[in-house]
Amino acid sequence: MASILAVDDSASMRQMVSFTLKGAGYEVLEAADGVEALSIAKTRSVDLVITDVNMPNMDGISLIQNLRTLPSYKFTPLLMLTTESSAEKKQQGKAAGATGWIVKPFNPEQLLNTVKKVIR
Amino acid sequence: MTIDMAQFHQVFFDESFEGLDVMESGLLNMDPGTADTEEINSIFRAAHSIKGGSGTFGFTEISNFTHVMETLLDEMRDGRREVTAVAVDALLRSVDVLREMLKAVSADDTIDMDDVQAQQSELEAILNNSESAAPAAGANSAQPAADGAEAITGWRVVFRPLPHMMRTGNDPLRIIQELTDLGDVKVEGDASLLPRLAELDPEECFLSWVITVNEALEKSQISEVFDWVEDDCELSIVPIVTEAVAEQVEAPEVESAVQASEPAQPERRQGERRAEDRRSPVDRRQNDRRSGGGASGSSSIRVDINKIDGLINMVGELVITQSMLSMLGEDFTIDRVERLQDGLAQLERHTRELQESVMQIRMLPISFTFSRFPRLVHDLSSKMGKKIELKMSGEQTEVDKTVIEKIGDPLVHLVRNSLDHGIEMPEVRKAAGKPETGTVHLSAAHRGGNIIIEIRDDGKGLDKHRIESKAIERGLITEEHNLTDQQIYELIFQAGFSTAEQISDVSGRGVGMDVVRKNINELGGSIEIESEMGKGSAIIIRLPLTLAILDGQTIAVGDEIYIVPLVSIIESIQLKPDMINLVAGRGETFKLRNDYLPIVRLHEVFGIESVKTTDLMSGLLVVVEGDGKRCGLFVDDLIGQQQVVIKSLEANYKRVDGLSGATILGDGSVALILDIPGIIRLSSQKYSVADLKQSA
Amino acid sequence: MPAIAQQNGNDDMQQDVEVIGSEYLTFNLGDEDYGVDILRVQEIRGWEMVTRVPNQPAFVKGVLNLRGSIVPIFDLRERMGMPAREYDKATVVIILKVICEISERSVGIVVDGVSDVLNARSQDIAATPDFGENLDTEFITGMASSNGKMVMLLDVDKLQPSVAQADEDVEVA
Repeated sequence: MASILAVDDSASMRQMVSFTLKGAGYEVLEAADGVEALSIAKTRSVDLVITDVNMPNMDGISLIQNLRTLPSYKFTPLLMLTTESSAEKKQQGKAAGATGWIVKPFNPEQLLNTVKKVIR
Repeated sequence: MTIDMAQFHQVFFDESFEGLDVMESGLLNMDPGTADTEEINSIFRAAHSIKGGSGTFGFTEISNFTHVMETLLDEMRDGRREVTAVAVDALLRSVDVLREMLKAVSADDTIDMDDVQAQQSELEAILNNSESAAPAAGANSAQPAADGAEAITGWRVVFRPLPHMMRTGNDPLRIIQELTDLGDVKVEGDASLLPRLAELDPEECFLSWVITVNEALEKSQISEVFDWVEDDCELSIVPIVTEAVAEQVEAPEVESAVQASEPAQPERRQGERRAEDRRSPVDRRQNDRRSGGGASGSSSIRVDINKIDGLINMVGELVITQSMLSMLGEDFTIDRVERLQDGLAQLERHTRELQESVMQIRMLPISFTFSRFPRLVHDLSSKMGKKIELKMSGEQTEVDKTVIEKIGDPLVHLVRNSLDHGIEMPEVRKAAGKPETGTVHLSAAHRGGNIIIEIRDDGKGLDKHRIESKAIERGLITEEHNLTDQQIYELIFQAGFSTAEQISDVSGRGVGMDVVRKNINELGGSIEIESEMGKGSAIIIRLPLTLAILDGQTIAVGDEIYIVPLVSIIESIQLKPDMINLVAGRGETFKLRNDYLPIVRLHEVFGIESVKTTDLMSGLLVVVEGDGKRCGLFVDDLIGQQQVVIKSLEANYKRVDGLSGATILGDGSVALILDIPGIIRLSSQKYSVADLKQSA
Repeated sequence: MPAIAQQNGNDDMQQDVEVIGSEYLTFNLGDEDYGVDILRVQEIRGWEMVTRVPNQPAFVKGVLNLRGSIVPIFDLRERMGMPAREYDKATVVIILKVICEISERSVGIVVDGVSDVLNARSQDIAATPDFGENLDTEFITGMASSNGKMVMLLDVDKLQPSVAQADEDVEVA
């Protein structure tokens, strides 16, 4: 079973993401911010990280930057959840090492379709 | 897969209302001109989360409105826009509008779009008010639809990943697979750039591909697949036009010929997609309705995870005890009766602890109530033309949920009173030699087994003579009364009493103070006034601690056991003869480093006859502090430290001097909790009667 | 203790006693029988050690833990100005629900022993006779007869001393 780390400071978004993914048979780990996510990532590897961008303590961009420095996360798909449709945030994310993004708002189907893009 | 999105709505509403509170208090803290980036950031994040959530859960009006707020905040955050008082006020009003929208949606009501439109226009006016307003607006027109694709029957894609592409987590194979999902695809690999094995870096990509997609797709459908990697590869997507031209000429045959492999595929896909589009709004409406029903009925409480963990631990203990008891019961013999008793006692203790912990969940920080005041003070003071600073302390003091619910309105009334009647107009204050800005200090604390909430202002204070004459006028007292100042202040709690010269819409029509007192009495509390003409006044609300936890030191005097709150203990010492001093008429003192502190013999203050020793050298001295006074409390022995649940003595009996409450010990017995300031008072009363016989 | 004068209730007292419930738990203090409205009785338990509360009137024996609440225990003899008596196996504590100002409270009273439940119709209840100055009748709402014995009905709401009264009763330490 593929494992996914879902990172979002908003509990409702986190629940929605996690519920959807669990329903599709993925193992889901949750974190409320980048710091929490990074500490989980240091203890185990996952098949995919989905992270919000704007979060307290450590934002999504810094999280991606940090994850990419971990040997076991060198090639792991890292997706950002972003409402910013402006190219700027995406560029920042890409520069930090993000694989891609999911533009909010999205529905569960869209989420699953995107996840299927990176977990085969 | 169908997912009922309504199940996340309640959480979304809860966190959105919290987010609004964050935004509100953040905006109130913001000083125009010198905005703190971290502050703006947290406001921005809150708006951003609401926008994201509302978009996801289908509350389009909310996400559209929040988008405008977010745009403004974003510009402030990046320093592209100055933080002006006008903008902050507009944002504050927007928070209100947003709150109304969320309330409406959560109650399944319709949103008042007039208000929303008006507020949105105000925000947009601010946004358009400078050249820097444009960038975010362009976002909506993000991807213009690919044009002129009708005649195209296929695409030729040249995909050459840059060497680093895999390090972004993107896998070329995955992308090609995704393309094959779109229909009939032919892939040709190109390994010409592959270096020799010795030079090959396995983490880099050297292959490239030419992909032919034999489907009449929109260009965007193809470029979407490469969306994430457009900067990590060389990419060209060229339409295959030859067939398209042919199609124009002899359309039916060529189309069927070219797409022979999967003729009906794209048609069906499109059909599916339309069906989905049609379905989703209906789903949303249903979801909204369902969540609306749930929201109005339930009231939820957010609980600190530590409290939950504590509960789980306790249940664990309970299970252990239970299994121990059932093992004991399986082959019980009378010689094991002692173990049975132990087990039962343990069971009782754990059950009680569990009960208390469950009750503890009801305890919430009073900040839930306090958080509304910055806004209230901000709005009212500008309305009244006064300059007022609100200070708050002790917001983390935990009180019962019932108190949170019931104390809000009385506090609002009292704070309004302070603002309206207490704090003077800036000119008046200046003339009186006071700073123009008045201060209202709202504080909460656990003290002496009570929760004390104070509203203290540096305004003009209560006018004793005005209250007096008003009371006489109203027939509440006669002219020959001999009331103390305190009793005169108390008069304002009488029904129908108001000293405001003019009725204002701020503090109402004198229906307030009696109701305030009634509400507080209903919570088992009391209310007191302190005031000094020209200096200010303070309203002190004392609420009983129906429940609170305290770290305590258990002490023994004779066969009695008491709890001393750990916070009031400085240290415990064994007295030596050379430390003791007698001060004539004032009893015993001892020297602690450079201070002489009075010795308070607990057995005397409390009349404990079973006291083990009255010899100062053989007992222990607990150095305690209360209300800024220190003394040495003489006891027989220290037993141990433990957390105790404070129980009120007043609930069934009355307040007792020197005690702040009681608690239940592990064996089910009651131990009384000392009120250190009270004990110091009791003891000084004793010595004021000059009990020289004892100290001689 | 003066002998109890037999006296029939006069008509204007009748209305007051009508509102009193009709079942009473009876108990004794020495030779005298007392009753409390059974609806006010929460539980009856044997005497056990209580935690003394300092600087309280002598009739306040202390407090005990009743399912997590702190409940004061009053010695009824001492509360009514009767001589104290050693507690023994028959000594019981009756936990009562009392109404004090606006709140409902629990208090325990120590009595010599519980006797019975008395069924009293309101016409069987007589007003409290005037015992003169030697007996404080403030706690007695009326009298009923049971098997030829007089039972004094207690007004449980008066047992809790008012704050001022309790402070007066404390001797200066």
